Amino acid sequence: MDSHHSYSQVKGVSTGTTILAVKFNGGVIIGSDSRASMGESYVSSKTINKLIQVHDRIFCCIAGSLADAQAVTKMAKFQLSFHSIQMESPPLVKAAASIMRELCYNNKEELQAGFITAGWDRKKGPQIYVVSLGGMLLSQPYTIGGSGSTYIYGYVDAKFKPDMSLEEATQFSTNALALAMGRDNVSGGVVHLVVITEAEVKHVVVPGNKLPKFHDE
Amino acid sequence: SLQFGTPRSVFITSLIPVGTSIMAVEFEGGVVIGADSRTTTGAYIANRVTDKLTPIHERIFCCRSGSAADTQAIADAVTYQLGFHSIELDEAPLVQTAASLFREMCYRYREELMAGIIVAGWDPRRGGQVYTVPVGGMMTRQPVSVGGSGSSYIYGYVDSNYRAGMSKEECLKFTAEALTLAMERDGSSGGVVRLAVVSEQGVERQVILGNQLPKFSTV
Repeated sequence: MDSHHSYSQVKGVSTGTTILAVKFNGGVIIGSDSRASMGESYVSSKTINKLIQVHDRIFCCIAGSLADAQAVTKMAKFQLSFHSIQMESPPLVKAAASIMRELCYNNKEELQAGFITAGWDRKKGPQIYVVSLGGMLLSQPYTIGGSGSTYIYGYVDAKFKPDMSLEEATQFSTNALALAMGRDNVSGGVVHLVVITEAEVKHVVVPGNKLPKFHDE
Repeated sequence: SLQFGTPRSVFITSLIPVGTSIMAVEFEGGVVIGADSRTTTGAYIANRVTDKLTPIHERIFCCRSGSAADTQAIADAVTYQLGFHSIELDEAPLVQTAASLFREMCYRYREELMAGIIVAGWDPRRGGQVYTVPVGGMMTRQPVSVGGSGSSYIYGYVDSNYRAGMSKEECLKFTAEALTLAMERDGSSGGVVRLAVVSEQGVERQVILGNQLPKFSTV
């Protein structure tokens, strides 16, 4: 994901942030930090939730301008529920991602937000889609985004394995976010994780004092 | 790289010097240093087998990132100054002295230079030491230091995998793996991995060719 430009050029509140999603055996985990910043030196929220539920088993996480991200997800949520009612069945994750992509691509001049859409559907099971700044849509087994993601490319490349168990995937996500939060000054706060499987959606919060510690802490 | 306060970003478009991945790790008895081998002019790879590990004295090396011209000029100047100092003292120079000389020059001429340097070596007084002198001219000692444009991608990996008290072989493996991961993600880094171990016994150099680099499941 094109994410090593810092989002400090965004006007107003930005989610200079770290977000990720990873597929595991039977589901996906989507996760983020909880910091919203204005510029590089003011934290406007310590506890913001960047994991937006757009349907029963589909979540989005947002990076970039918070205003843009909220506008897009609100619109996408509406369009997706309308689509789901028309189709009389739960929407596909790809449908949700496509809606985000249409909005991002058609408004690319005005918008400054990127998204990770992840979820579970009956057709293809757990899936992750990335919609980047200009409106590209890409499916990946794991993905990271936001300003903090730059620092953990090496870590996730080394540590990711296909078909991990839930415990392994949770540890992977928590570690990756903690490492990014440790190096990126506009990521921080707590770790939010959402585990999406066929059966349920579980929201896990890892507070600051329970985050893994590394050698220099 | 390390910066305090607001970055001085009027003409420096990137906080991290461009075009490299470099790394140095202290262990009991010496240091392991490593670098990629790519030098770029724009999109062209001017040299795909560059040696960015430059000897400054018998047991002191520097890893260079940023402008090749600037770092070569600084390294030459410091090599001269350190050699002179060592002859005057009639003993092996301290790694901290070499790092200080780099810092003096990098700080004094900070407006003109684009240089991020890691100084690493062994001396009888303090053993293996790594000092980092990033863009701007700060100097600090660290047990492990990464630098260059590729370093951003491996902060997470280095933070999670470094342990104090690793052996020489563990440090070599750690460095090779970290640099490989950086080279995979950074377009300005690539080629081969050059490693060197500097200790009381001297300097051992090795090269890991492209097809021999460690493999990770997704790359």
